[in-house]
Amino acid sequence: MTVKQISVFVENKAGQLAEFTKLLRQNSIDMRALSIAETPDFGILRVIVDDSYKTACVLKEAGYIFSITPVLAVAIKDETGGLDQILNILAENNINLDYTYAFISRKKDTAYMIFRVDDNEKAKEVLVKNSIKPVCQDELYKL
Amino acid sequence: MENYYQPEIECASREQIKAWQDERLVKTVKHVYEHVPYYRNLMEQKGVSPDDIKSTDDLHKLPFLTKDDLREAYPYGLLAVPLEDAVRIQSTSGTTGRRVVAFYTQHDLDLWEDCCARAIMAAGGTKEDVVHVCYGYGLFTGGPGLNGGSHKVGSLTLPMSSGNTERQLQFMCDLGSTILCCTPSYAAYLGETICERGLQDEIKLKAGIFGAEAWSQEMRRDIEQKLHIKAYDIYGLTEISGPGVSFECSEQTGMHINEDHFIAEIIDPVTGEVLPDGEKGELVFTCITKEAFPLIRYRTRDICVLNRKPCSCGRTHVKMSKPMGRSDDMLIVKGVNVFPSQIETVLLNKGYPANYQIIVSREHNSDKLEVQVEMTPEMFSDKLDEVSAREKELVDALKAMLGIYAKVQLVAPKHIARSEGKAVRIIDKRNLY
Repeated sequence: MTVKQISVFVENKAGQLAEFTKLLRQNSIDMRALSIAETPDFGILRVIVDDSYKTACVLKEAGYIFSITPVLAVAIKDETGGLDQILNILAENNINLDYTYAFISRKKDTAYMIFRVDDNEKAKEVLVKNSIKPVCQDELYKL
Repeated sequence: MENYYQPEIECASREQIKAWQDERLVKTVKHVYEHVPYYRNLMEQKGVSPDDIKSTDDLHKLPFLTKDDLREAYPYGLLAVPLEDAVRIQSTSGTTGRRVVAFYTQHDLDLWEDCCARAIMAAGGTKEDVVHVCYGYGLFTGGPGLNGGSHKVGSLTLPMSSGNTERQLQFMCDLGSTILCCTPSYAAYLGETICERGLQDEIKLKAGIFGAEAWSQEMRRDIEQKLHIKAYDIYGLTEISGPGVSFECSEQTGMHINEDHFIAEIIDPVTGEVLPDGEKGELVFTCITKEAFPLIRYRTRDICVLNRKPCSCGRTHVKMSKPMGRSDDMLIVKGVNVFPSQIETVLLNKGYPANYQIIVSREHNSDKLEVQVEMTPEMFSDKLDEVSAREKELVDALKAMLGIYAKVQLVAPKHIARSEGKAVRIIDKRNLY
């Protein structure tokens, strides 16, 4: 039960992000979440979209270098301490986060966290044991 | 078991080789001085006469000869024997300017064929072999050289010449060719075609002798795997004789130069100074046994390294590395010689395609070297630290290869401008001249 994140290589230059979003617009692709990691020279865009397959086709066609990464998505209560609870559980079970980012949805009081870990299975087990259910792809598509 | 064509020469003592070189150099210098006004002029300009040349130790006193000299003296200006004694002309492709022609007496052809015979036997060739020559025949030296060498060995020689792959494959299968001589790119193409058609079991090739163009270790492995052979490198240039100036032995750690015929020097391409063995520089040849066209200190423009460590094959002649580049595309950055081919090697060794561009600039009177490398799916990861680690790996490997720091800039695919399909490899923004 993971969701597909699309990671895209872009040069760190003016207009690169706009070029990417233009491509999504032209193909009517909607982003659920976006996060960027960057160095002075290049960046890695990480996006969750409403149609991963279509996005992959469009990016390939346009000549982008990208990869599809399975990540964990978790719904949390949009309130103080919501994230803290989950992070504690992961820390207690020795699960290291490579990176994480958050987004909120139209659903009232709910926020979503994306976790990139080395071992999705182990992280999922730990979460389920603590009554936290990772969100599946369809659920994100429908948001 | 090592196979030699002329073991008494190929495995001669260093003292013996030096003695041959001393004697033959003195004789050759006298010969060109007396018979070629062009040489006499060059030597007089440098204030050196044949009497000053008593052994190879005096070689450095002689003037260099370049391709420009050959063009200037075209067609007969450097012919060192009367026309009636010359029996053959071969020529370069002329892709870099006016054609260059080289002349041979019967004796010259004989010695050249000996050199090729040494190469064939070093690749395991014997009288029992069927040698399939698909280098071009004609003005190009590839076909005639290996053809003559194969005759000398006593092998059955197939003078296929280049092209017509259908016929090549048919003869190869029907006649049971055992040694293939062609360019490495054609060997790779033949290998692919053979695999596609499932002909692997019908060919009997055991070795290949490939030269006349640059090829990498990866290409060697690919050819060896597809054709089930051992692939040997051979080097030569028309100006000096043709293929067989040097050739690879079973150890495959460089090519033995036929030092009884050619003296090799490595020079600094900028100053012309002779460099000690083991240093990288431009390869210079002096022919010491030729009659019709004995070039003295001819600058090949090929960059390589000489190695005199004893070789396990038993040959005592010096080995040259595969050319690492051309002194024509050399860049001097922070006083260090940088060749695009070195950067290519680093990328290929790391398993990346060689899509790169070198940008040299000058900031605050100091040179800056940047290598732009096109991102590939293999290099990419969603984790920033992994991409950065790969970038750093490249920086370290470039530093080890070049001796100076080069900034690596990962760029998007197709970022590097291509003019007519060929990528522009070097951008020098320094305006030094």
